[in-house]
Amino acid sequence: MIEYQNIFTRVQLRTDSHGPAHTGLSLPRSDFDRSSRPSYAYWFGKFGEAQIGPIYLGVLGSASIVFGVLWFWIVGFSMLASVNWNIIEMIRQLPWLALEPPAPEYGLRMPPLGKGGWWVIGSACLLISVLLWWARTYRRARALGMGTHVAWAFASAIWLFLVLGLFRPILMGSWSEGVPYGVFPHLDWTSALSIRYGNLFYNPFHMLSIVFLYGSALLFAMHGATILAVSRYGGEREIEQIVDRGTASERAALFWRWTMGFNASMESIHRWAWWFAVLCTLTGGIGILLTGTVVDNWYLWAVKHGVAPAYPEASPAIVDPALMQKGASQ
Amino acid sequence: MSMLNFEKKYRVRGGTLVGGDLFDFWVGPFYVGFFGVLTVFFTVVGTAMILYSTALDGVWNVWKINIAPPDLKYGLGLAPLKEGGIWQVVTVCALGAFGSWALREVEIARKLGMGLHVPFAFSVAILAYFTLVVIRPVLLGAWGHGFPYGIISHLDWVSNVGYQYLHFHYNPAHMIAVSLFFAATFALALHGALVLSATNPMEGEPVKTAEHENSFFRDTLGYSIGTLGIHRLGLILALAAVFFSAVCIVISGPFWTRGWPEWWNWWLRLPIWS
Repeated sequence: MIEYQNIFTRVQLRTDSHGPAHTGLSLPRSDFDRSSRPSYAYWFGKFGEAQIGPIYLGVLGSASIVFGVLWFWIVGFSMLASVNWNIIEMIRQLPWLALEPPAPEYGLRMPPLGKGGWWVIGSACLLISVLLWWARTYRRARALGMGTHVAWAFASAIWLFLVLGLFRPILMGSWSEGVPYGVFPHLDWTSALSIRYGNLFYNPFHMLSIVFLYGSALLFAMHGATILAVSRYGGEREIEQIVDRGTASERAALFWRWTMGFNASMESIHRWAWWFAVLCTLTGGIGILLTGTVVDNWYLWAVKHGVAPAYPEASPAIVDPALMQKGASQ
Repeated sequence: MSMLNFEKKYRVRGGTLVGGDLFDFWVGPFYVGFFGVLTVFFTVVGTAMILYSTALDGVWNVWKINIAPPDLKYGLGLAPLKEGGIWQVVTVCALGAFGSWALREVEIARKLGMGLHVPFAFSVAILAYFTLVVIRPVLLGAWGHGFPYGIISHLDWVSNVGYQYLHFHYNPAHMIAVSLFFAATFALALHGALVLSATNPMEGEPVKTAEHENSFFRDTLGYSIGTLGIHRLGLILALAAVFFSAVCIVISGPFWTRGWPEWWNWWLRLPIWS
């Protein structure tokens, strides 16, 4: 018995097929006009909306793009300089190249440009760009009279970004603690941090962050699949279903109630979604902030608190020379 | 108590795959069905085996409970119960319970006249688990290559297997999987926030519409995928993340035994550079 399963959109509606294209709801009088006329992409329409654009640039958006491009150029030209301005070698070695933060001896001072100075300037540009984009998400929501939930979710991601590049380096007293810009180098940094501090898997906030990361994927699979499964009852019209519950919401709720004994409502599933995603970066940021500042070895921390078993010594104990120096100075 | 006020009219007979009307009933909020009975059976046996193993070990600290797979010397054979046999029984029970749960979801979806997207999505997760504890151990020739069941012990397994390949972040399928997990979480944040921001608008404003959602996303990013598309995107991102996770571990060992950083040398050796 084959029945219809909603996988791709079979009939597309174009807002310009019966007159002028829809350019969006009106904005406050103090705002600029939107840029570009909308265009349409048939294959986008198979999956989601076919309409592309228009976009609102405005002061915040334009400034954010300028600083973002500055960061991109600083990183790109630093990489190009590192291969003696050889374009072919730049492409060949691109995943291995990096703009590295300064060496530890510079502490929190400004190093020469070629020795991490560009990393400091580039990071400042990226920070300004990200903060301007945050203000943009806030202002665009307000211009349409909407809540600012997108901006506050974005703020949680910015918290992790700030911990990695600003708060933790300042607490550790050195810009060298920052993350390099580059494909493989940032992965190397991640591994090195984990190994240096006794394996981040034993960090309880890292555990929580991973739980919320996987939990978010799980929630989106559950929610996305549920809505698609009740799309024959108009389930994707979530706002209407929230203010005036219909059979799509009822079936979606009962599916989970009968499956696992518990269900969300059409509104509350979006609160679950928001919190899972927000807590991923929120707890992740706490975990990174504590690493090296408060806790020096997460494995020993976990043994001490009865979380991890103490494994037998495979080889004679080696004393960390860094710890010995600290002991002598105290 | 356990019934929602609109629930009664949805509690109709039929839609079962196996057993006809025999198990077509509810217990509290739960639908039972033939596969519900099967799920309970596998869950009870599996959980009992975990408790038995824990009692043998005498470690009741929830972080440290560990059901270890058999030693490599047992290859693909059955191991004695106390030397990994419990792990084998638990694995069979887990697969039985997951499979029954998925088929029970099919029955519930049929009963409610819904599409089968949820059981399909769940079967991708089961496939990933099956890859970890069956396909890869079989390809490597020993059940001992399965992962141990325990909170800390499975983390140790991930860490140890990762460093066996020197640096697992360089595994290309792992890169794709992690990117997809981040993308799914990012998209979930945006979707949850967008719906909440439309239904919980500025003070004094009426509830907003899907047109507002589209306008907000076009204004901010230049594209709005739409109310139907976002659910397709979320589902695809999540399933692809799980699928590539399965790929990244099944190629480690059976198809690549050296360090993953080394794998990338093919790129540096391409003939186009000279």
